[in-house]
Amino acid sequence: MLYRASRAALICPVPPSRMGVTCGGRLNLSRGNLQSPSDSGRETEREADMSLTDKDKAAVKALWAKISKSADAIGAEALGRLVTVYPQTKTYFAHWPDLSASSPSVKNHGKKIMGGVTLAVAKIDDLTNGLLDLSELHAFKLRVDPANFKLLSHCLLVVIAAMFPNDFTPEAHVSMDKFLCNLALGLSERYR
Amino acid sequence: MVEWTEQERSIINNIFSNLDYDDIGPKALARCLIVYPWTQRYFASFGNLYNADAIKTNPNIAAHGTKVLHGLDRAVKNLDNIKATYAELSVLHSEKLHVDPDNFKLLADCLTIVIAAKLGNAFNPEVQATFQKFLAVVVSALGRQYH
Repeated sequence: MLYRASRAALICPVPPSRMGVTCGGRLNLSRGNLQSPSDSGRETEREADMSLTDKDKAAVKALWAKISKSADAIGAEALGRLVTVYPQTKTYFAHWPDLSASSPSVKNHGKKIMGGVTLAVAKIDDLTNGLLDLSELHAFKLRVDPANFKLLSHCLLVVIAAMFPNDFTPEAHVSMDKFLCNLALGLSERYR
Repeated sequence: MVEWTEQERSIINNIFSNLDYDDIGPKALARCLIVYPWTQRYFASFGNLYNADAIKTNPNIAAHGTKVLHGLDRAVKNLDNIKATYAELSVLHSEKLHVDPDNFKLLADCLTIVIAAKLGNAFNPEVQATFQKFLAVVVSALGRQYH
């Protein structure tokens, strides 16, 4: 259970006050993990995951409806930004001849990634199960360090803001950010 | 010691010289308080922060957003000496305001998104990389005097 909370902290922003509760309260290791794993685990997960409310899901679907036509372009742009703004991410693509933001390999791969995000929107009511296959791919084959999911999420948000400034209101932003955090958690489910 | 290329200096100066501080500052701070609601802990005395609309129209938040952006301006004008320029501000945020330095990154991310929304395609990957490098240096300098 501590593992789940710390994994979440790695991937999503953890509010300082909540970190105090999760670590000092429910997961007090000096008492030994006396709570029943299922109950405290779920509650801890909820606190650390900041799970999606119905309002969040509605906001994500509403934003998605407006931007999904441009999914390919968004994916391509986001990946291009990832490798430019966070050059260490290029290590995952050393087998491509051209790693610039405008390269065809980067663009195509960005499209593929957005396919995954599209799937996640469809599976928004159960991301953990919906993303199991993709999680296995990332865990056992690709072995992408989960810390990078946060970086790509940020780039996706920047691209959406740049392309759809009027639709990417603060309210849409918070729900989308939460969704991407939960997506990243679903993706890292099978890692260990 | 942070190294800046001529291109990076030009990009940073360009962004800030074309910025309406009274517009972007409030938007960035309001967005931070809405997207990361725990950051509201530092603004308990600012009035109504009850929902997104209240935050967006709160005049105290708006004024503070503008103030923050003018603070960034100091870094823009002292790119080669940001750490020293911010020493006092760092002490202020630590000793007086008691702001968790992790929050600086959250506000920086919101500012990046607000600028992206304003500049659109002009905020290309290279510009984004430079802007984020600048903000990372600022964030680091602001956290420098914490102990």
